[in-house]
Formats: sequence, C-alpha cells, structure tokens
Amino acid sequence: MSPCIRLAVAASLAAAPLAAQSNPALEAEIVKLKAAVAASQSAGDNAWMLTSAALVLMMTGPGLALFYCGLVRKKNVLGTMMQSFVMMAVMTLLWAAIGYSLVFAPGTPFLGGFDFVMLANVGATPNTDYAPTVPHLTFMVYQMMFAVISPALITGAFAERIKFSALLVYSILWSFLVYFPVAHMVWGKGGFLNAFLGGSVPVLDFAGGTVVHITTGISALVCALVIGPRRGYPHEPMKPHSLVLSFIGACLLWVGWFGFNAGSALAASAIASSAFVATHLAAAAAAGAWMVAEQWHNGRPSALGAISGAVAGLATVTQGAGFVMPFSGALFGLAGGFVCFYMVVVLKQKLGYDDTLDAFGVHGVGGIIGATLTGVLASSAANEAVKLADGRMAQIGHQLIGAAVGVAFAVIGSWIALKITSALTGGLRLDPREETQGMDLVIHGEEGYNLDS
Amino acid sequence: MKKIEAIIQPFKLEDVKEALKAIGIDGMTVTEVRGHGRQKGHLEVYRGREYQVDLIPKVKLEIIIASDRSEEVVQAIMKAARTGKIGDGKIFIYDIGEVIRIRNDDRGGAAL
Repeated sequence: MSPCIRLAVAASLAAAPLAAQSNPALEAEIVKLKAAVAASQSAGDNAWMLTSAALVLMMTGPGLALFYCGLVRKKNVLGTMMQSFVMMAVMTLLWAAIGYSLVFAPGTPFLGGFDFVMLANVGATPNTDYAPTVPHLTFMVYQMMFAVISPALITGAFAERIKFSALLVYSILWSFLVYFPVAHMVWGKGGFLNAFLGGSVPVLDFAGGTVVHITTGISALVCALVIGPRRGYPHEPMKPHSLVLSFIGACLLWVGWFGFNAGSALAASAIASSAFVATHLAAAAAAGAWMVAEQWHNGRPSALGAISGAVAGLATVTQGAGFVMPFSGALFGLAGGFVCFYMVVVLKQKLGYDDTLDAFGVHGVGGIIGATLTGVLASSAANEAVKLADGRMAQIGHQLIGAAVGVAFAVIGSWIALKITSALTGGLRLDPREETQGMDLVIHGEEGYNLDS
Repeated sequence: MKKIEAIIQPFKLEDVKEALKAIGIDGMTVTEVRGHGRQKGHLEVYRGREYQVDLIPKVKLEIIIASDRSEEVVQAIMKAARTGKIGDGKIFIYDIGEVIRIRNDDRGGAAL
C-alpha cells in the first residue's frame, strides 16, 4: 500500500464517526466491518473451544479409562473401563437436561436456577457473562465435559468392588449434592465463591482445582472408607495387570489436559497459551519429582511412578494454570509430585484404607495444594483479571475457604449419596463370590481378553 | 535312550541352542515355564506396595537322545547356560522306554 493511499484510508477511518451521520453507505460499511471482526474472532475462539471440549472428553475415554483399567486385575478390566465410559453417556444427558442450568443459570449464591433446563435459551447467541465470543452451546458443551470426567475420577476409589447400579445412582446423586452446587458457587454468576461475577469470597479457580479435583478427591476418600477395602486387601497380591495400558492412558490425560486448562481461558487467547505452558511444565516437573522421590525411597524410578507423578502435577496446576506466570507451573508440579508421592506411597500404606487407584492421594491432595499455591502465586502480570484487592495473605485465606467448602460438600454430599444409594440398590458392593469372579463376567457377561478365541 | 530336561535362564536359550546345534543336535522342545528353586524370586513395587514374586520365568528344554550321547549334550548345555550365579537352573535325565514317529511308525533310534 502506498503512503498516499494509507493516509487516505486513515483519514476516512478518522472521519468515520462524523461522516456516518451524513453517509448511510459508510455507516452500513462500518457495521458490516465490525460484524466481520466479531465473526472472525468468534471463529478462532470457537474452533479452539470445540477442540478443547473434544480434548476433555478424550481425557475420560480413553484417557482415564485406560489409566485406571491397567491398574486393576485383568478380571476387572472391562468393568473399570465401563465405569468411566458410562459417565460419557449418563452425565452428558444429565448435564444437558438440568446440570448446566443448576450450575450456570442465574440463581442463588449456592445453586443456579432453571433458565437453561433442557437447553432452553442455550443457542448460537453467546452468553456474555461467561464466554462472550463463542456460541452459548459451545460453552455449555465444554463445561459438560468437566461434569463427565468428575464422577469418573472418583471411580478409582472403589474400583474392583462396586455394583454397577450403585455406581450409577451414586454418581447422579453426587452430581446434584456436590458437583452442581460447588461448580455454581465457584464459577456461576453470583456464586458464593465467584471471584469475578459477584461472589462473597473471591476464590481463584481457573480450570477446576476446587470444583473438580478437591470435590472428587475428597469424595473418593469418603467412598473408600464407607465401601471398605477389596476382599483380601492388603494381604493378597493385587498387581496392576497392564501398566502399558495405564501408560497410554496417562499420556492421553496429559494431552487432554491442555483442553482442560488452556481451554478454560474460554478463548484462543494469550491466557490460553500461558495456561498451556504452565500445565505442561507442571506435568513435567511432577513426573520428575515423583521419580526422584522413588529413586530415594525404593532405589528405582518406576514407570508407574513417573506417570502417576505427571497426573498429580496436572491435577495440582489446574486451579492456577491461567492465573500464574507460566514458569510457576513448575513449582505447582514439584509440590504436587513430592506431596502426592508421600500420600500415595508412604501415608496410605500406614493408614490402611483402600483408595484403590489413588483418586484421593492424587486428585484430592493435589487439588488442595493447587488451591493454596494459586493464592501464593497468582499474578496480575500473568492475567490482568487477577486483582488481589485484599492483599495476598487474604487471597490465600480465600483459597483455603474455597477448598474447605469443597471438602465439606464432598464429605457430607458423598456420605449422604452413599447412604441413599445403598438403600436404593440393596448395598453398594458386589457380593464376595461376585467380587472374586470379577466385574467383567459378573456385571457385563464379557471378558476383556479372550486370548484363546 | 535318554530324555534330557533342562530348566535354564530365558536369556541363555539362544546360547544353548547354538551349542546344541554345534554338536549336531537338531531336535528339541522348548517351553516357557515359571518356578523357583533356591533363587526365591524377586521384589516388585507398585506405588509403594511390595509384591514378593516367587515364581520367576524360566525356559524348559526337552531333548531325547541316544544314551551314549547324553553326557555330551549335558556338557554342552552346562557350558552354554552357566553364569555361576544362583538361578542358572537344573538338568534332569530320564530313561525313555520307546520313541514312535507318528507319520510312519518308526520305532526307537530310527524315530529320533
């Protein structure tokens, strides 16, 4: 473009507001241009958010399903995979029917309202409260994937022994009693713990450290304690049947987590890039931390340890991902890796509860560390939305209040859900004969490996 | 005729096969087996839980041979399979009553 033409364009743009009154053609042109700018931003953001939604679904199946199924005995491989997969069916429908509304529709500080029941009022027009540049449907389906993976995470606590009916009833009740209220409080407009949309206690939770990991991790501990250990635990050997499957699952979780955390920017923005990098550094640092701890503790860095560490780091960084400077992600990872190692490898053996696949040790503990560290490391240089109006110590206090609310809802909600479930399904557990035979044959009438066929 | 049954370390199988080929033994049956003698297995650790694995993988070779060659075969196996450490395995020798080739009813030495 020649300098002369550039000047002319600049002049015409500068004159636009004045000329608009007298020149309807120019006015129409400006409206068209504005719409085109908005449409192109929406196209970019929408592409990333739909991709992120798909990535988060991939975390549940196959990611979590593979990670968990490799850690159980081979008679339970299908049953364990189904515990994750069935959430993709049940929670999807529950979320579209009522869950989304109870979390994100305007309501009380503790639970949303009914404006979005059966996806009413959820369409192409963006919901400007949450994600102003993407269709409301995109925001809804992205958040849906979080509601799907959350109850799937808990299944690690009662793997190899819960009835299928009990699993379904518990997961649905848990969504109503724990997930919907806590998600509304932290993320919903006017929620009690919302930091940006009129909450009383501003809790910074970027991608669900409190909403997903604390609630599921603590619920997992409650489940492990109420349901009791597997038959024969801890005397009988119960080795993981295929760490190869767990390995693939963990790597899929790592990749999917970019959708979980970077997607929580709700736009294809610089914040998304920052959260992406923080997430990746956390997973790397935590894998390293766990291996170092194992080398020191057992004399060998195990493959299971390395992948467990990565998942612990990812769970830990979730709360802070887009609120902290990218390199701070490594600090989240180091803390998550070392502390979760101690919980899973040392403390669990001493306490004797059977949190079979360490949903509490990894997600609950990692979530609480992440909630706290987010208060310590959140920075307005990383994300200008972060305003520590009451000072940093106060923010750490807010984070701990948020975590405590998550813990309280998880403990009380899960306990009530388990009691109701037990009454409805005639007990939570498979009977001893069924448990010995394995979930695959007893529940599903199939086997995972028919190597002789 | 003798049957020589050798339980050896799996990683020594190739060496033993080479050694047997070198002295002209061209028939054998190999099975993957698990067991333990004085070696007493090994320890595996998964997320801090320790598992004492007492049955460890071995390979079993079975060779049927004319009685006068039995010592030669035993020496070849021992030389190839020995590392000098616990877990090298054992050799068992049995008397064989009869050998029959299914294809054409050959009996005894002709069937080997």
